[in-house]
Amino acid sequence: MSNEWPLWEVFIRGQHGLNHRHVGSLHAPDSELAMRHARDVYTRRNEGVSIWVVPSSEITASAPSDKGPMFEPSNAKVYRHPTFYDIPDEVGHM
Amino acid sequence: MTPDAEALAKAAGGTGRAPLAADAPEMDLFTGLTRLGDNTLILGHRVSEWCGHSPVLEEDIALANMALDLIGQTQFWLGLAGEVEGQGRDADALAFRRDAWDFHNLLLVERPNGDFGQTLMRQFLFDAWHAPMLKALEGSSDARIAEIAVKAGKEVAYHIERSADLVIRLGDGTEESHARMQKALDRLWGFTGEMFIGDAVDARLAEAGIMPAPESLRAAWDETVNHVLAEATLTRPDGTFAHQGGKQGRHSEHMGHMLAPMQWLQRAYPDAKW
Repeated sequence: MSNEWPLWEVFIRGQHGLNHRHVGSLHAPDSELAMRHARDVYTRRNEGVSIWVVPSSEITASAPSDKGPMFEPSNAKVYRHPTFYDIPDEVGHM
Repeated sequence: MTPDAEALAKAAGGTGRAPLAADAPEMDLFTGLTRLGDNTLILGHRVSEWCGHSPVLEEDIALANMALDLIGQTQFWLGLAGEVEGQGRDADALAFRRDAWDFHNLLLVERPNGDFGQTLMRQFLFDAWHAPMLKALEGSSDARIAEIAVKAGKEVAYHIERSADLVIRLGDGTEESHARMQKALDRLWGFTGEMFIGDAVDARLAEAGIMPAPESLRAAWDETVNHVLAEATLTRPDGTFAHQGGKQGRHSEHMGHMLAPMQWLQRAYPDAKW
């Protein structure tokens, strides 16, 4: 439907989370109402302490059909994982 | 020998407390608390009637949230009313086992939902009263009331923000949304005056510092309403006629129609649990 409100993506930082996480999407006529809808739809059970809303149209996404060239080259390149170093005990948890 | 009323009541399975006398201070408190709790109950139920019927999913959930806020506040107000009454009635008993004439809500909140605009306008006109009412109740001489008011006040601060914003958007929106909002305002206007008309019970509660005098909330309400209506490009009606009676149990024909679906389960299957 052409007269539907634009789509927004909702990101919420949880009570103990450090990062905002994508939780879903919703329709709203502008950012102010998108924020309000996000509060009403996605924080009903006390899930969050901070909300971001982003117009879905502003997100550039990788195409599923490009999956091969995009991600397969990094497959099986174990030497890219920093697992070949000995970490001194004094460093503690990294 | 005078019969021991307390012992007799206990033997009969009662609470051991005699019913409140009509002129007991607790009776005023009970009435004042049911006025608060019945407003939130009846409006909460009205708003819940939109569940699954709203124009868009996001508004549907927002309305359901608000209805739940109001029902939650009802549990506090009517729970306290039952305690004050001391006859063993809890919030559920007061909500589901009273008849229309025992409800003390404003006529405004029992108005049918109408279209979405009328529902929002009713909400805004109520919220603009509810917020300053709770603010005043935070200073109640009764600590139990002050405590409930603080908790409810946070919820209602969001309600008024939301309803005022939507009234502005729709009033200052398309030609059709403007016309619908103006029509809703004109229709509901006559039901706003009752919020500010006190009776003897109100006067005694205000005297005791328990609840604010209804008249004292008018200025804050006028300020909010004038400001929002101006931004919404809506015209404040001139009429000063006020429909009255809800607070004293004289309700419109809509009340019974609303209570029937709301109460039928507890009426048909008393004490049913699930």
